[in-house]
Amino acid sequence: MVDVPYDGIAGIPPAEVPDVELYHPKSWWTRYVFSQDAKVIAVQYSLTASAIGLVALVLSWLMRLQLGFPGTFSFIDANQYLQFITMHGMIMVIYLLTALFLGGFGNYLIPLMVGARDMVFPYVNMLSYWVYLLAVLVLASTFFVPGGPTGAGWTLYPPQAILSGTPGQDWGIILMMASLILFIIGFTMGGLNYVVTVLQARTRGMTLMRLPLTVWGIFTATVMALLAFPALFVASVMLLLDRLLGTSFFMPSLVEMGTLSKYSGGSPLLFQHLFWFFGHPEVYIVALPAFGIVSDLISTHARKNIFGYRMMVWAIVGIGALSFVVWAHHMYVSGMFPQFGYFFATTTLIIAVPTAIKVYNWVLTLWRGDIHLTVPMLFALGFIITFVNGGLTGLFLGNVVVDVPLSDTMFVVAHFHMVMGVAPIMVVLGAIYHWYPKVTGRMLNDVLGKFHFWVTFLGAYLIFFPMHYLGLLGVPRRYFELGDAAFIPPSAHSLNAFISVVALTVGFSQMVFLFNLVWSLFRGEPSGGNPWRATTLEWQTPETPPGHGNWGKELPIVYRWAYDYSVPGAEQDFIPQNQPPRATRAAQGAAS
Amino acid sequence: MSAIVLFLAVIAVIAGWWLSHQRLTAKPWLEEGPIGDFPGTDAMTWPAAKIGLGVFLAVASALFVLFISAYSMRMAMVDWRALPVPRLLWFNTGVLVLSSVALQWSYVAARRDDTDGVMIGLLAGGAAAIIFLAGQLLAWQQLSAAGYFMASNPANSFFYLLTAVHGLHLTGGLVALGRTSAKVWRHDAATAEMRLSVELCTIYWHFLLLVWLVLLGLLTGWTDNFVDICRQLLS
Amino acid sequence: MAVALILLLVAIGSVLFHLYSPWWWTPIATDWSYIDHTISITFWITGVVFTAVIAFMAYCVFRFHHREGRRADYNPENKKLEWWLSVGTGVGVAAMLAPGLVVWHQFVTVPADATEVEVMGQQWQWSFRLPGKDGRLGTSDVRNINPENPLGLNRDDPHGQDDVVIENGDLHLPIGKPVKVLLRSVDVLHDFYVPEFRAKMDMVPGMVTYFWIKPIRTGTFDVLCAELCGAAHYQMRAKVTVDNESDYHAWLEQQKTFAELSGRNAVVRATYQSGGK
Repeated sequence: MVDVPYDGIAGIPPAEVPDVELYHPKSWWTRYVFSQDAKVIAVQYSLTASAIGLVALVLSWLMRLQLGFPGTFSFIDANQYLQFITMHGMIMVIYLLTALFLGGFGNYLIPLMVGARDMVFPYVNMLSYWVYLLAVLVLASTFFVPGGPTGAGWTLYPPQAILSGTPGQDWGIILMMASLILFIIGFTMGGLNYVVTVLQARTRGMTLMRLPLTVWGIFTATVMALLAFPALFVASVMLLLDRLLGTSFFMPSLVEMGTLSKYSGGSPLLFQHLFWFFGHPEVYIVALPAFGIVSDLISTHARKNIFGYRMMVWAIVGIGALSFVVWAHHMYVSGMFPQFGYFFATTTLIIAVPTAIKVYNWVLTLWRGDIHLTVPMLFALGFIITFVNGGLTGLFLGNVVVDVPLSDTMFVVAHFHMVMGVAPIMVVLGAIYHWYPKVTGRMLNDVLGKFHFWVTFLGAYLIFFPMHYLGLLGVPRRYFELGDAAFIPPSAHSLNAFISVVALTVGFSQMVFLFNLVWSLFRGEPSGGNPWRATTLEWQTPETPPGHGNWGKELPIVYRWAYDYSVPGAEQDFIPQNQPPRATRAAQGAAS
Repeated sequence: MSAIVLFLAVIAVIAGWWLSHQRLTAKPWLEEGPIGDFPGTDAMTWPAAKIGLGVFLAVASALFVLFISAYSMRMAMVDWRALPVPRLLWFNTGVLVLSSVALQWSYVAARRDDTDGVMIGLLAGGAAAIIFLAGQLLAWQQLSAAGYFMASNPANSFFYLLTAVHGLHLTGGLVALGRTSAKVWRHDAATAEMRLSVELCTIYWHFLLLVWLVLLGLLTGWTDNFVDICRQLLS
Repeated sequence: MAVALILLLVAIGSVLFHLYSPWWWTPIATDWSYIDHTISITFWITGVVFTAVIAFMAYCVFRFHHREGRRADYNPENKKLEWWLSVGTGVGVAAMLAPGLVVWHQFVTVPADATEVEVMGQQWQWSFRLPGKDGRLGTSDVRNINPENPLGLNRDDPHGQDDVVIENGDLHLPIGKPVKVLLRSVDVLHDFYVPEFRAKMDMVPGMVTYFWIKPIRTGTFDVLCAELCGAAHYQMRAKVTVDNESDYHAWLEQQKTFAELSGRNAVVRATYQSGGK
């Protein structure tokens, strides 16, 4: 690499970082366990999130067994069913997806992609993981306490959540609150790192408009999460006080199991406002990193710059801002002041415009591309289909009057699984296939990967697409069994059984993926440093996997944006971000 | 929820102002070449810890504003009975102001490389903060002795909750203050790192003083009119 | 090209499923067909967008997948195209939103001649109350609830004495008359959900919520609870029957008023006590 002297420019961080700031690990413990290296923390986050995610996957099988074949499995009762849905939802949304995208991908990719040695506060970063792990352990412990985990639904609506008619009212709900509070504290520590690293530790030449969209997505999502999670924190603390100390923040006068309770005057709707003030941004906290990552996957594997980069950036920022003023679209039938409906329906549908632009730009990136149908690309295509589908059904539920018949039915379940379950998971899987070579130095097996993709994608689509129609029919959600209802024809029960069979198949096919992960670690084809011939900085590290401190003696210098693929006149179909213009011209000169 | 929406609007304005200086409308594919061509678009040059504190203050503000939002919504219910504010709170407020002043003193001393002044300021500020916390506990005791228990009325619940959350933040600040003091103790001359630590503590102290004044206004009912206006905006 | 074909088949399959699926909304029993129309409009617009985007994507995969020597175009952006797409999307969104808001206005505007009916939810059963001869419902409070007064009516309120109370039974509504359904809960959140009515609303303890309907078809429909309310949520059922005028009055004649019910309870207790002596 040609080195260009830049010493004269004020306000630019030095290329060389003093050794003392690199907090080199001294022992096995500080290298692999209490590590302050963001890459190790990323792997720790990802493994913990996946482990608890597998628990949630098993819970979904149990739910599907009950829904598909009611009465057949006597070991599942109504209480347990509610506990399964609650824990499945909570784990998947918060402990898996949020932790994986921000704690996992954020930790691994941000420092590498912006050309930093590490996160800016490595010690706090390490603490973040350990607090997260503690939160997961507290959550998991609820399976073993008397009364089991809470069955209040992942929304934890009071008064029901802390009253005796709900399973897990004793320890389950208390530990759930404690776990959420811990999670938020841990996340805030991590989130400060991600934000400040992007703001302050970008390498020389890495202007905001040269950032890969992955970083834009994770950065915006982190900012949102930092501002949204306090709402969940406030709601959790107040609900915990209602439960433990008998305060009445959310609890009105009510009759609990035939006797007048000690509570009076509180407002259940206040909890819902706080919860969804967190809950709706949470949807985009999961979606924005997925948007960013999938943009980079599509661009890299179609060998073409992302179409409309500027619009993509603006859309990410715009969606992030708008998503704070749409929360009450989860509350159209909650009994809140009805005139709110106009405002929230309008803001909700407006958010569809920047989101649609992102979709157009993804497919337009494919136009006249050089599409390599690698496994990451397949997952990206799968993401587009499931996301478009789930996004469009969001237009039903966001439009206040259409939401009235559909709310609390299986339509809602199908919608959010498609849009924030399947679609982000497609991106997670695609991203793992994409970056696994950087993390381990070996490729994942391609044949197993393609099998995994087709079963997962087609299976997930077969699960959730027909489910919308059950909801349209009127089948309510969170029902242990449907029982006798004149409006539900026998065919609906057959459809439920079909969905269950597919769900189990898709679930088990993930074992192929797990096998692939482990097998490839030892037997995978060595990948080299840049197997996908990508432009972004993480593929330009001197070592693969990147060593401690990421870069050699000097930090990379960035000369161009992240999407110089198939540039006319260039020798290769990609130009790394840290390749100086002079060297390109020299190479061209040598070639001609 | 109008308080938090208003707060986010302020955050959005700040973020928008900053983004508007980042050449977000540039066409990056045309701007191949080395850095330095576009001053001001590189990474921020402030120390990471200072930016980190700034972001943390935004998060903490969001937390307090959300509590205030919840407070104003719960307040609208019929069973709200405002509780008498213990006179002790005025003394506590004075002590907290003194604590902030002491830290400001310490900060000024740090800029003048006066290590003794720094130490005196830090210790005085820390001592005042501890007195404030003890005073808050005493106020709790007085209230519960007078029969104003946590669960007996939402106004009481919020009083205990808000003072507790503020106190916890101050306790966290005391940990940082302790570390800073140890740092100053070990060095004879002021270092850049030490100056930064003192500065960050001072900023945090001023922030907590501001939060306390807002909470005090809320708890004593001065801001009721303002809260009413906000509520009417939303309903 | 297998991948492109499968992607296309996913889109076509979805459309075919939509057209031929036996699962569709229940035959409507109120005059909220406006809601159904809004859903239809939304289905049309979103369906077209879905098919177009997926078909375009499948075409790209088919046409531009990697072959030896292929090189991608260099095309950072196309302002005009993006602008048109944004405007088109905006128009589509407005076409869904505008009718939605108009219908929402109808939904929240209760006609002046609507009669009131109260539905009360508790874990895990439904109770109903109709205004008596005076056409007004009496006041109620959760603190009044006891075994003799399960709905917590105010004994001193004269408007409440003639209220028709149906505890754990079925509700009947007259056809063709607008009804404002007042919703109340005494313990946790519930949601009075009759799929054929389309309208629904949560019932929140400490509040009275409402929606209004005008039944247009006689029949008996299932009442379900649509807001998770604890262990037996799925068993919280009742029936609601839409009657023609004469059937409705025949049914109403058989119902007991609050005064009758509370009076009878008092009598029963008195006999028991005297018998015991």
